[in-house]
Amino acid sequence: MNEIVDLSLLSWSRGQFALTAYYHWLFVPLTLGITFILAIMETIYYKTGNEEWKKITRFWMNVFGINFAIGVATGIILEFQFGTNWSYYSWFVGDIFGAPLAIEGIMAFFLESTFIAVMFFGWGKVSKKFHLMSTWLTAIGANLSALWILVANAWMQNPVGMRFNPDTARNEMVNFWKVFLSPMAINKFLHTISSGFVLAGVFIIGISAWFLLKRREVVFAKKSILVASIFGFISSLFLITTGDGSARQVAFKQPMKLAAMEGLYQGKKGAGLVAFGILSPFKTDPDNKKHNDFLFKIEIPNALSYMIHLDMDAFVPGVKDLIDGNKEEGFLSASDKISRGKMAIETLRNYKNALTDGNITIAAQLREKFMSEDFQENYFKYFGYGFVLNSNELIPSIQLVFYSFHIMVILGTWFLTFFGLSFYLLINDKLTRYRIFLKIAILTIPLVYLAQMAGWTVAEMGRQPWVVQNLLPTSAAVTNINAGSVMVTFWLFALVFTLLLIAEIKIMMEQIKIGPKEGGH
Amino acid sequence: MIMIGQLSHLTLQYYWWAIISLLGALLVLLLFVQGGQSFIYELGQNSKDRTLIINALGRKWEFTFTTLVTFGGAFFASFPLFYSTSFGGAYWAWMALLFCFIVQAVSYEFRSKPKNFLGKKTFDAFLFANGILAPVLIGVVVGTFFNGADFSVSNLKVSHWQHPARGLEAVLNFSNVSLGLAVLYLSRILALLYFMNSIDNDHLIVRSKKKLIFNTILFLFFFLFFVVRLLLKDGYAYDPETMKVSMEPFKYFNNLIAMPVVLLLFLVGVLSVLCGILLSLLKDSDRGIWFTGGGTILTVFALLLIAGYNNTCYYPSNFDLQSSLNIVNSSSSRFTLTTMTYVSLAIPFVLAYIWYAWKGINKTKITDQEITGGSEGHIY
Ligand code: HDD
Ligand code: HEM
Ligand code: HEM
Repeated sequence: MNEIVDLSLLSWSRGQFALTAYYHWLFVPLTLGITFILAIMETIYYKTGNEEWKKITRFWMNVFGINFAIGVATGIILEFQFGTNWSYYSWFVGDIFGAPLAIEGIMAFFLESTFIAVMFFGWGKVSKKFHLMSTWLTAIGANLSALWILVANAWMQNPVGMRFNPDTARNEMVNFWKVFLSPMAINKFLHTISSGFVLAGVFIIGISAWFLLKRREVVFAKKSILVASIFGFISSLFLITTGDGSARQVAFKQPMKLAAMEGLYQGKKGAGLVAFGILSPFKTDPDNKKHNDFLFKIEIPNALSYMIHLDMDAFVPGVKDLIDGNKEEGFLSASDKISRGKMAIETLRNYKNALTDGNITIAAQLREKFMSEDFQENYFKYFGYGFVLNSNELIPSIQLVFYSFHIMVILGTWFLTFFGLSFYLLINDKLTRYRIFLKIAILTIPLVYLAQMAGWTVAEMGRQPWVVQNLLPTSAAVTNINAGSVMVTFWLFALVFTLLLIAEIKIMMEQIKIGPKEGGH
Repeated sequence: MIMIGQLSHLTLQYYWWAIISLLGALLVLLLFVQGGQSFIYELGQNSKDRTLIINALGRKWEFTFTTLVTFGGAFFASFPLFYSTSFGGAYWAWMALLFCFIVQAVSYEFRSKPKNFLGKKTFDAFLFANGILAPVLIGVVVGTFFNGADFSVSNLKVSHWQHPARGLEAVLNFSNVSLGLAVLYLSRILALLYFMNSIDNDHLIVRSKKKLIFNTILFLFFFLFFVVRLLLKDGYAYDPETMKVSMEPFKYFNNLIAMPVVLLLFLVGVLSVLCGILLSLLKDSDRGIWFTGGGTILTVFALLLIAGYNNTCYYPSNFDLQSSLNIVNSSSSRFTLTTMTYVSLAIPFVLAYIWYAWKGINKTKITDQEITGGSEGHIY
């Protein structure tokens, strides 16, 4: 809760978080998916006793090991950064946010790292059955890590299950299950892990396709594609369903993000869904510098209203409704929310100052006022708006969010088709003849990473300026330090991570070129 | 089960300080990985020995790392005001620690892979740097639990760091530094004992043994310096009724006397650390690590308990005494601590499966053959 916010400090801090988060996310989804695929492959080995399957499992396990190490290295930064760069945030939400993080450490990371050790070092030392079980537990552990952090993230998008305590000046958890089982959290978790499954499927098919193009390791490649295409196809269906669920959550809890995702400026009844569109590079509303009209769009009429409300004619608010307010549909204007938020912050300050000055009666009155249902519902609810200086700050970058969302959705449809095609061609023994398809398969690998990044851009950029929706904007959360320090660490992270990424890619490519070996590596 | 729901907020605060102390103690034990890395040049005179050492350590680095992560997560969850004050405040100290862990994580996996871009020498240098810096920095930071730092906390719980060096100033205090060096030499001792226990290679063992004496002397020097100073110095006490903080002479000494169980843990711990070392030196036993390791846990556990228990501020502010953090004014709500206490019941199970899994893999000592191929293992 800083009095004066240094904008360049805020930008560097956000930039640093974004940089490290994107780097972390380059490695995490592969872990989430490939561990399950490994478990499936090893299960086939266990059941059939066919050494070929062991060779396949061990090859992909090696690839996984390289990816995993750097995923871990980038993760620790994110955890400590909540403290180092979002200091006030750590106190304001620590009571809720810290718990999932701790549970993650105690339960998931230890599970994962213990059984990874068995997976890597246990071949020939522990029984086959125990080894197989360890591989499954690694997959479960990895996905449990995802569970807890996504619960925390979902809570920031939609804070529930807590109450603000004026004495400690923070949010305190009152209902764990509300936090854990919020529909936002469930959708986010399922959508994110299935996105990892899809990524791993594409990754394995792409690399196997390279072997087929080189006419090497044909049996290995085909068997890998078999598992990956079935796994990927099912995951894709799941991904699209849960993505739809996520979008509906966003529509109810973060209408501004939804408006940005759809490029919907003026809200309307019976809103259409933009399947594809290009935004004009020029500003088209003199009152609002963040507004751009569509140059061109393909729209499915009434579909957006229907998807959100299951009603073709339902009203969907646009950016303008959320900023200027819309009495008819019951939306407060941004300036109204800002003054209510200021009132909430002012009351809290007065209360704390009364306490410090020893005015017990005044403090008691203020506390009672603050905690009253009326005040909570009509003022505290907009607490975070009190930090906002200008209504336009409440609009995220529409272009970025719009394009990211559409890229993700379009690619999601492509991946489903891709897995279907891979399976079909494999079963009909046509894969090796359609070399163009094999090339497309390799090109699909970067696309699946692009979709991942786009997904987080929608989620995180779309919620700007909030770090906790409606309660805490990023400007109030940031650690008070000189911008220069953060700038230095930003560049250090950029340098170190980039060097490590290059090393990782080179090593990975080399290991793939070496290919699977009998009995492992 | 009903019991946990009925625990008072204060009891939970004590419980979670104990968990944090235990995780801290485990972390120091597991720093033997770092201690071992600090030996890669000294002990690993040729590339084969070095690879042997690194592989013996490489199977354990994840644990140290994960324990650090869990320590951070548990601290965040149970005492968020510390997280917000120290991490944001002592920015450069924590960043230094983070950087030396980033480069460690990848080095094991990448060092011996072909086309690894930076080269084996660079990755080994990363391991060495992490091996020296991590124990020292962790020790120095823990030193501030006793010696304090310069910060203030406003009535809206906004913390402000008051020293321009943002955490690096901690090295100006010799007591912090001596704790850092004590941790470094302890981690090196633990590493030597670990090698003697788990590597099957005669000349490495002989050389490890030689190094043991020298490292023990240095460890004792810095450790005793820190402890004697600690017992003689004034400490930061708070009055549980008014929450006012004041300086109390011989605070930490008094804490030990007031909590005889902790005193006992401390003494048994120190003795057991020494016992393990002597056993390895005099009796040629390869079991020293069990005594010294166990002793390390007890000693560090006891030290952290006297930092936070008996109405002591575990993160004192030298800038504004009343801003000092203690387990009461910096903790999470009762509800959150209760919820996490249920989760903590899983810890024994976690320890059990770690134990069980490692028993399977550790049945035999690591040998030259194992890492020069021929076996099915994963080689670093
Ligand atoms: C392979 C990657 C991938 C693909 C193909 C898709 N998604 Fe996705 N999506 C993600 C990977 C992802 C993600 C990286 O996992 C995100 C980021 C945050 C999150 O919860 O998941 C995400 C977020 C995300 C959000 C934002 C949630 C929020 O802000 O809280 C929505 C609305 C959707 N997705 C919807 C979809 C739809 C309708 C898809 C239709 C095909 C789709 N996604 C495909
Ligand atoms: C800001 C948020 C995040 C933080 C603070 C964070 C923290 C961490 C940490 C500390 C590690 C290292 C754990 C170890 O010692 O083994 C890690 C690794 C990991 N994290 Fe994250 N993480 C974040 C985001 C995510 C997300 C969104 C997911 C998944 C949905 C995820 C999944 C994983 C997985 C699977 C690993 C294992 C290593 C790997 O292969 O990458 N993390 N994370
Ligand atoms: C690993 C995948 C993730 C990616 C790629 C990602 C991406 C981003 C980006 C781009 C920003 C900067 C937004 C801005 O410009 O302000 C950001 C900020 C942030 N994210 Fe995420 N994020 C990820 C996961 C998470 C998770 C799982 C959490 C919480 C559990 C989280 C919490 C935050 C916080 C606290 C900030 C800083 C405040 C802010 O700038 O909004 N992120 N993230």
